[in-house]
Amino acid sequence: MSDCAEIAAPEPVFAEPWHAQVFAVTVALNEAGRFAWPEWAARFSETLKRNGLSRDLDGGDDYFHAWLETLEVFLAEQGAALPGDVADVQSAWEDAYLTTPHGQPVRLPQRR
Amino acid sequence: MPHDSHDHPHALLPPEPALRVKALETILTRKGLIDPAALDEIIDTYQNKIGPQNGARVVAKAWTDPDFKAALLEDATPVVADLGYYGRQGEHMVVVENTPEQHNMVVCTLCSCYPWPLLGIPPGWYKSDAYRARAVREPRKVLAEFGVSLPETSSVRVWDSTAEVRYLVLPMRPEGTEALDEEALSALVTRDSMIGTGLPKVPA
Repeated sequence: MSDCAEIAAPEPVFAEPWHAQVFAVTVALNEAGRFAWPEWAARFSETLKRNGLSRDLDGGDDYFHAWLETLEVFLAEQGAALPGDVADVQSAWEDAYLTTPHGQPVRLPQRR
Repeated sequence: MPHDSHDHPHALLPPEPALRVKALETILTRKGLIDPAALDEIIDTYQNKIGPQNGARVVAKAWTDPDFKAALLEDATPVVADLGYYGRQGEHMVVVENTPEQHNMVVCTLCSCYPWPLLGIPPGWYKSDAYRARAVREPRKVLAEFGVSLPETSSVRVWDSTAEVRYLVLPMRPEGTEALDEEALSALVTRDSMIGTGLPKVPA
C-alpha cells in the first residue's frame, strides 16, 4: 500500500472542487466565530455515524456528502441559511448554468 | 464527471451537491457571513501551503536538536506555533514518540480529526469507516496491510484524536542517517510515518 503510493501520482487534496468549497465555507464560518470547532466535530461525527449504519463509508465522496448534510442542518438551525432559501438559490444556479452559453462565466441574475 | 468533447450548448451543469454548496455560499455571502475571497484563501492554503512537508520539518528538527525534541514532547502546541504551524481551530497538538518498545498510531474514531497544520487534509483511507473502526480493534493487522511489520517485542499504542487534541507521531530516525542534515532528513519523513501507518524512508 505505501510502496504503491510512492510510485503513483500524489492524490489530490480535494478530489472534487465542491469538496474544497464546502470545506472552506465551514472553516470560514468557524473562523468568523459562527461556531466552535468541537461543536462542528460533534455534529459531523453524528452524521457519519448515522450514515455509516447502512453502509461502509469509504472516506471519499460520501465523507463530503456527510459534511455538506451536517452544514446544511446546522445553518438551518442557526437560521443562517433556511432550507427554502437554499432550494430557491440552488435552482437559480441550475437555471443559470442551463441558460449560459458554454464558455461564458455563469452568474446569478441580479436580485430584484 | 463525464465530459464529452462535443460542443455543449450551455455551460456544464455541476453535480447536485456542488449546486447545494454554491447556494449556501451565495446566501452566506449575501448576508455578509462569509467573504468569497476568504474562501479562496482557505482553499489555496490547504491545497498548496499546508501539507506533510510541515510535519516532516518538525520531525527532522526533533531528530537533530535534542532541546527542540524535549520541548516538543513536553508541549508541542507552542513549539510548532513558533515554526508557524498553528491550528486554525484552536486545537492542541500532541507529539508521541516511537521507541523500540512502543509504536504509535493515530486515528479519529469519531470523525476525521487530524493535525491539519502539520499534515494538511487527511487522505481518504484515514476518513474511511474501515480504518476508523479497525485501527483500534486490530492495529497490527492494519499495520501489516500498510506494509509495516513490527518486532514482537514492540507494543502498539493507538491514539484517538478529538476536535481538541490532535496527535503527530515522531518516528524513529532511520539508521545510517548520521551524516544527513535537517533538510535531507525531512525528505525521509513520509506522511504515513507521522500517522504511524508507515515508517520513514531509508536513505538509498
